[in-house]
Amino acid sequence: MNYSSLAIPRLSDFLFGVCPRPLTLKNGLVIGGGQVYPEINFTLDSMIITAESMPQVYEQYTQMITGVCDRAVELHAPGLVVEFELLPDLTLVPEWGAEVTKILRSTLDETEAKHGLKTGLRVTPNDIREFARPPLMRQGRYVEDMFRSFELCAEAGADMLAIESTGGKEIHDEAILNGDLPMSVFALGVLGSRDMAYLWERITEISRRCGVVPSGDSACGFANTAMVLAEQHFIPRVWAAVIRVLTVARSLVAFEHGAVGPNKDCAYEGPYIKAITGYPIALEGAEASVAHLSPIGNIAKAVPDLWSNESVQNVKLLGAMAPTVSVEQLIYATRLMNVASARGAKEAGMLRDWWVESDSHLDPQAYVLRPDVVLKISEEIIAEPTPYKRTRRSAFAALEVLRQANAAGELNLSKMENRWLERLSRAAEGLPEDEDEFIAGILPQVNRKKIALSEYGL
Amino acid sequence: MIIDDIKQAVIEGDATEVKKLVALALEQQVPAEEILKNGMISGMGEVGRLFEEGEYFVPEMLIAARAMQGGLGILRPVLVEQDVKSAGKVVLGTVKGDLHDIGKNLVGMMLEGAGFQIVDLGTDVSPEKFIEAIREHQPDIVGMSALLTTTMPNMDKTIKAFNEAGVRQSVKVMVGGAPVTKKYAGEIGADGFAPDANQATAEAKKLLVG
Ligand code: B1M
Repeated sequence: MNYSSLAIPRLSDFLFGVCPRPLTLKNGLVIGGGQVYPEINFTLDSMIITAESMPQVYEQYTQMITGVCDRAVELHAPGLVVEFELLPDLTLVPEWGAEVTKILRSTLDETEAKHGLKTGLRVTPNDIREFARPPLMRQGRYVEDMFRSFELCAEAGADMLAIESTGGKEIHDEAILNGDLPMSVFALGVLGSRDMAYLWERITEISRRCGVVPSGDSACGFANTAMVLAEQHFIPRVWAAVIRVLTVARSLVAFEHGAVGPNKDCAYEGPYIKAITGYPIALEGAEASVAHLSPIGNIAKAVPDLWSNESVQNVKLLGAMAPTVSVEQLIYATRLMNVASARGAKEAGMLRDWWVESDSHLDPQAYVLRPDVVLKISEEIIAEPTPYKRTRRSAFAALEVLRQANAAGELNLSKMENRWLERLSRAAEGLPEDEDEFIAGILPQVNRKKIALSEYGL
Repeated sequence: MIIDDIKQAVIEGDATEVKKLVALALEQQVPAEEILKNGMISGMGEVGRLFEEGEYFVPEMLIAARAMQGGLGILRPVLVEQDVKSAGKVVLGTVKGDLHDIGKNLVGMMLEGAGFQIVDLGTDVSPEKFIEAIREHQPDIVGMSALLTTTMPNMDKTIKAFNEAGVRQSVKVMVGGAPVTKKYAGEIGADGFAPDANQATAEAKKLLVG
């Protein structure tokens, strides 16, 4: 499958809660079929995970899921999705992750049977290939354990499988900190995209075999790393905004190799994926400040089908345990969206536009998530045939949009940010159209100690 | 003055110029310590100030740091010859099970800019590896970073392992990372804590005085 036209070409159809290719889970819960559901993710408070501490780990997950389900029932949530994002130790020992999956599944089933609340369980094993240095992407113990984790979690009751894969990240962190656009394009448009094709063929195959949904990936390790660094004033915001758009072609590869959504919550490139593929997406924003700060808390609410909190630690707050508090926040946020949708597309569009307007002029990272900008850039991206060419085009398109917005006063960039906008534009001009020429030019600059190029077929 | 020119070249991140000027200064018999402290470290100090004030981002700081590294390459043999001590030696690493390293790398960069010598052990560093590094490099400070709530307790484990191996008294221990707090640092018996890279430098200096 190679996308060459937009699944959602019109702004008026680009809304939260609806998409051209909704997903129906086994129990009938439809994602992207009219309603936005909360997707809650929670994690352990400070503790070491070992064989000895596993009983406490299971106890904490039981406590978290019970609190969350009870609150969802009390607040009349129309549906609930839970994401279990494994911690590295729970993927390194796949049986442990599967056991937690079972615990979550059984409480969700009980809640559904007792209260009629339709639920879905997304399970996200970790990309533990990074534990080998340089990472071994296609061989070795970590690869085997990672795929076994997918399989065991699917058998243990996951409805959907996902991952935050990290192919190419071993050189991307430095590219972010160096403000190195060509290296970022190499990591995403060449390395990451190749790895995604490899990975998603396998995840799709496991999902089909186990009867679960291959949902989606996230460029979190790339663009959210940049966003967090920009938030700490370590890198320019325009750079983080450009990286966000550079990730689109890479994340699209999952859908070209079998993913069907919902795309992962922390993938803020999701609106682009939805516009291009028509599959549903999860997204996170204001309520994800429990996990990390961001300048895109409201605009992220423009077009999601699931609304998430990224992840919250199981600590005690005055209201209740944090996961319970967090699900309450998500339920209220989605209630408002669903009331707007019930009124009609015009009203939903109005709510969407208010959220967009409240963020978009304050930060370039928000600006590139404006639904109209997403449609415009997406169209340019899919006009190209390959991940490299698409990533290169993303750079041109994102920079052009930002330059125009700045010139028109829709963005108010500082002197420093302006300097970087110019610098990045100059770097983009140097990207050759031919992929082989690009690779030949960049390879001498790649730190070979950090990466095994053969793992990417290079 | 050539020292001011070195400082300015570091601020501007001009590695070629820094190398040229350091070589020239040595030829002119300027003491190596003066080149280091009043030229390069002072230049990096100014870079830190520009960063604090929002005039520089990390990419500009890295360019300056690389320029300083270039100069140090020429200066180091002379510093050794003239027995000039660094501000201190720091062994740095992200604890076992944890692969987050951006914060740790920034801490390392800032410490280096302030004249510390850094031995970076990378990520997923076991207590045994830290202990080996203490024995091999005899640092003044061991710096540990952790980003996951499930790996933060490995700081405690590592300090306990230092005690058992009998190396705890020979080093100061500094910890940091998003989930780590001053209170936690105190509870596990670390000597220092810093919430960010800039304060890590100040904390390291304080640890070596106190
Ligand atoms: C020695 O003395 C000192 C003194 C000061 C020190 C110090 C040492 N060390 C740091 N400091 C201090 O100075 C630095 C500079 O000012 C500061 O360092 P920081 O590191 O805090 O700041 C950096 C400059 C910028 N910040 C960062 O780089 C971290 C940002 C967030 C978003 C983050 C990132 C970027 C990443 N991650 Co991860 N990640 C998150 C982070 C969210 C958050 N709130 O922190 C967190 C920590 N991650 C999390 C998770 C779950 C994970 N991550 C994972 C992976 C990754 C990426 C690889 C994608 C990437 C890391 C890139 C890299 N090379 O480091 C996985 C684990 C991998 C592993 N085994 O470690 C994975 C498990 C995700 C997955 N599905 O696989 C969450 C932790 C949850 C928990 N239970 O603790 C998380 C809070 C995000 C979330 N989901 O909410 C200070 O803390």
